[in-house]
Amino acid sequence: MRGIPEMNRIAGSEAEVAVFDLRRRYVPLLSTLAAILLALLPIVAATPLLPDFGFLVILTWRLLRPEIWTPRMALGLGLVADLVGGQPIGQSMLLWTAAFLVLDLIDTRLGFRDYMMDWLVASGLILVHTLGGWYIGLLMGADVAFSILWPQIVLTILAYPIAARIVLTLDRWRLMR
Amino acid sequence: MPPPPHRRTGFSRKAQFGLFIGYVVAIAGMVVAVLLLAIAIVDPRGFAAIKGAALDATAPVSAGGRSVTGFFGGIGSAIGDYFRAGSQNAELRSELEATRRELMQSRIAVAENARLRALLGLAREAQDEIAIARVVGSSYDSPRRLATLSAGSADGVRIGQPVRSADGLIGRVLETGRWASRILLVSDGASSVPVRSLRNNVPALAVGRGDGTIELRTLEVGENPFRRGDILVTSGVGGIFPSNVPAAEVVRIEGDTAIARPVADPAQAELAIVQPAYQPAATGELEDAPRSVVAPPVVGPPLPPSAATPQPLQRNPDYQPALQDPQPGTFARPPAAAPVPAPGQVQPQRPTQAGTPQ
Repeated sequence: MRGIPEMNRIAGSEAEVAVFDLRRRYVPLLSTLAAILLALLPIVAATPLLPDFGFLVILTWRLLRPEIWTPRMALGLGLVADLVGGQPIGQSMLLWTAAFLVLDLIDTRLGFRDYMMDWLVASGLILVHTLGGWYIGLLMGADVAFSILWPQIVLTILAYPIAARIVLTLDRWRLMR
Repeated sequence: MPPPPHRRTGFSRKAQFGLFIGYVVAIAGMVVAVLLLAIAIVDPRGFAAIKGAALDATAPVSAGGRSVTGFFGGIGSAIGDYFRAGSQNAELRSELEATRRELMQSRIAVAENARLRALLGLAREAQDEIAIARVVGSSYDSPRRLATLSAGSADGVRIGQPVRSADGLIGRVLETGRWASRILLVSDGASSVPVRSLRNNVPALAVGRGDGTIELRTLEVGENPFRRGDILVTSGVGGIFPSNVPAAEVVRIEGDTAIARPVADPAQAELAIVQPAYQPAATGELEDAPRSVVAPPVVGPPLPPSAATPQPLQRNPDYQPALQDPQPGTFARPPAAAPVPAPGQVQPQRPTQAGTPQ
């Protein structure tokens, strides 16, 4: 950008228009992919504690901007998450798409949601998502008590406001000219 | 926020159709995902190539980050040592660590001596190592306890091989890529390791609980044979894990079971050693393994139907996929409870399958 950023609200050239357009289109996708890739953090943990960042961020985008993605977007991103995270292929595909469909249902039933409502819906979906992952693990033979997952669930729910802040900032930057 | 405008398509046929197709695609995708999951459950090695490639692509990222965190962690601990007049402290600590290992090894040696005098010449040791690699990451956001190792099939790592560190057992190889592999840690819920107590030689099955601890299941009824502080070593039963590798230490007793903690912490372990399977026939990889070595099946989930039987199983009809995750509700049975399969029957029917109504 040339000159004072606040003054330069209108694209000056075709190239700038193209850059704005790319940014507007791909920031949600790229930020979600970045969150999925956080699973590669070199942390060797003894107990599940940290949130599933990919799900948290895709959920936040979906709650904040319901219009940008159809449910099938969750399919592709879920496949990436499965390949990166080492879950059985299909787990995130199934759970994320189901979450998107549930959110579509909620959107048609509910006339209005505010921030607290978003948080409540996100909390429920985080709980169900963790439960689903646990059950698929059980089917795969990992016979663990569900109670060991509560710290992670609570932390993920508490991390939602932070994720919402980050996504809001990204969204504002995305739409800024 | 009001309902999103694009869900209200109005009278436009095209928009209505597009929305409808979107939902059809999403639901079809979910059905495909369920099928993929079913395949993964029936045949855990089904997508080995795809998952191995993904592992190869992502492991270097973790490995690079691991060295960075290791570097910064090193700085932190070095400064800490300085402030605690620490060169001496660090020296003493490493000495203590070494002594502790030596003590454990000598305890093992004493117990081993006593046993060897009893059964002379029956042991079949496989002590050499296949690869030495770093543990570069782990699944920190799921109930599974899987770690990534920076060595793969190019280094000779194969599915099922045991992995240990200098301290003790870490786990076994679950998936391999070309340059990286994924390990099932001993604390994972799907991992069960045959162990025995050093103090009184009581055999038990060490089953992970998913939260970094291990539950010790013993076949004995009555008084709990374990005490706090007992050290458990692998017993070598089953042929996967070599015998006498320190595996766990009992931290508390809960009624009939004992809760133990793995001796080797993969987060602390600098290097992990991949070893060959204790008795190669156990992983079903060597076609020419002598038939006499193959023990009668002790542990194993129901076999999949013959159409979905993976390749290595067909080569060795006696092979039971002890490496694959057991189905829920079916656990390791003592050999007495398992019916002996009829001779000449290639696909033995298991009691769980035989019990279901046709």
